Amino acid sequence: MVGGILRHKLNGMASEPENKETTPIASSEAAAPSPLVAALQREHPEWVADVIAAFGEITIVVPREHIAAACSFLKTWPESRFDFLSDICGADRGVEEDPRFEVNYHLFSTTKHHRVRLKVVLSEEDTHVPTVTGVWRTANWHERETFDLFGVIFDGHPDLRRILLPDDWQGHALRKDFPLRGYEPYSLK
Amino acid sequence: MSSVVNIPPQFEVVDRPLDTQMTISMGPQHPSTHGVLRLELVLDGEMVVKATPDIGYLHTGMEKLFEYKKYQQGIVITDRMDYLNPLGNNLAYCMAAEKLLGLEIPERAQTIRVLMCELQRIGSHLVWLGTHALDIGAMTVFFYCFREREKILNLIEAASGGRLTPSYFRIGGLMMDLPAGFERRCKQFLDAFPKAVDEFHTLLSGNRIFQKRTQGIGRISAEDAIDWGLSGPCLRGSGINLDIRRANPYCGYENYDFEVPTEPDGDVWARYMVRMREMKESHRISVQALSRLKPGSVKADAPKVVLPDREAMKSHMDALIHHFLIVAEGFDVPAGEVYHPIEASKGELGVYIRSDGGPKPSRVHFRGPSFVNLSALPAMSEGEMVADVVAIIGSLDIVLGEIDR
Repeated sequence: MVGGILRHKLNGMASEPENKETTPIASSEAAAPSPLVAALQREHPEWVADVIAAFGEITIVVPREHIAAACSFLKTWPESRFDFLSDICGADRGVEEDPRFEVNYHLFSTTKHHRVRLKVVLSEEDTHVPTVTGVWRTANWHERETFDLFGVIFDGHPDLRRILLPDDWQGHALRKDFPLRGYEPYSLK
Repeated sequence: MSSVVNIPPQFEVVDRPLDTQMTISMGPQHPSTHGVLRLELVLDGEMVVKATPDIGYLHTGMEKLFEYKKYQQGIVITDRMDYLNPLGNNLAYCMAAEKLLGLEIPERAQTIRVLMCELQRIGSHLVWLGTHALDIGAMTVFFYCFREREKILNLIEAASGGRLTPSYFRIGGLMMDLPAGFERRCKQFLDAFPKAVDEFHTLLSGNRIFQKRTQGIGRISAEDAIDWGLSGPCLRGSGINLDIRRANPYCGYENYDFEVPTEPDGDVWARYMVRMREMKESHRISVQALSRLKPGSVKADAPKVVLPDREAMKSHMDALIHHFLIVAEGFDVPAGEVYHPIEASKGELGVYIRSDGGPKPSRVHFRGPSFVNLSALPAMSEGEMVADVVAIIGSLDIVLGEIDR
């Protein structure tokens, strides 16, 4: 409450310059799509559901069924050479959102030194994604972690077990509906 | 083997003509596993047939905790991840948030960030060197390393007030400027440090036992290293010249003159040599950063994000209100998502932040280099002797706080 009053007071103060009100964003949403994305769209239009360029980063939204093929293509394609998988991480957009989950693949090229993010969005009812362990072996633990914490199931993964939490843990801890302190104190059975 | 016992899949191993296999559990309370790592080793005599790392003993749900804390409160959590390189963690997190906010960081703050991070990198490598040598049996090196690290911790303490958990970097700059006399003390340390590295070389590099224990052990080829996502000294030990400070420069690293050391062999010795040479390079960068320190502000010009100076709060009402609002309510961060990688002491430390707007992040994820490097341990250790597993773990330089988060 106090904060609201103060904020109101602050906005009415003349000493505050107008341009300080909004912090500038590093890059605009309307940035031109990179040549890489344009070339990929020409090559495989069905793989590119959406392109987001923001904050100097490129995100390509890939339909779920094409993710393994897209990764494998981008790994060797001379224009991209994304031979290094930096990271895979899941995210929960919120309980009410549909599609609720997303899986982000951060790709990097050890020769061209550029990066891209591939994104797969998933609905709550069907959280299956094809695995990319066949493309990069490092995907193994990242996918296990995403499975452990979000319950995203990677079809074809060679060893999809929990990795951080105990094997008999109930639920997926990073989902938004999972309480911060858990449901009950955990004890080994 | 009778079929009555229900063996979990990870225990089942290839058929051997002689039934000499034994499964042992190494850790979680094993001194050479650097914390609480457990390895399930299937041994044939003394040879490792299969190694399965079991992690999660130190899992504290930090990534969940971020979602319940304001952006500036998250900095404190990052200290506790890779506790040998807390300033690197601070930097990665702050820079990711700054990317979302679009903040410009003043030059002095950038230079101090580089200086402190390179000091921290030396400190992290010193702990690695001491414990790695200790694991292999060279006890003396440990004490020399910790003597030098103590000096670095004293410098970090002088700047931030904390030794292991400094939280020195803030979103938009630094907590505060360097204290008086810091540059003199830092110069004192930097002047003496190259001698200390030479001392380590005398103690270890010429040691026949150490060479025999490390050369040709735990080999990984360049292609495999990339496939397994190795980064930092582990990747450069396989001959790949890749350093995020060069590949995607941040904090003005493109203006510093330094080499990226690589070794072609991909064994424990190569990773050892890369880190030893890196300490000298970090020293070089620190000397350059120290000489470039010019007076100036250490905080970005963003009153809605950066806490005002104490003095300004006493005379300016808006500064006081901003202080109250930032502390009590936090600051709003534009919606969006960023991934910011930096070269931490152990490799690529990437921070993914997803914001829905508002003062708390919707998701924070840390790509810990130790986590990924450890996942390659089976590839390196299968076929080696069990005693060499200790050397390989040491050469990966893992910190369980970052792996389990």
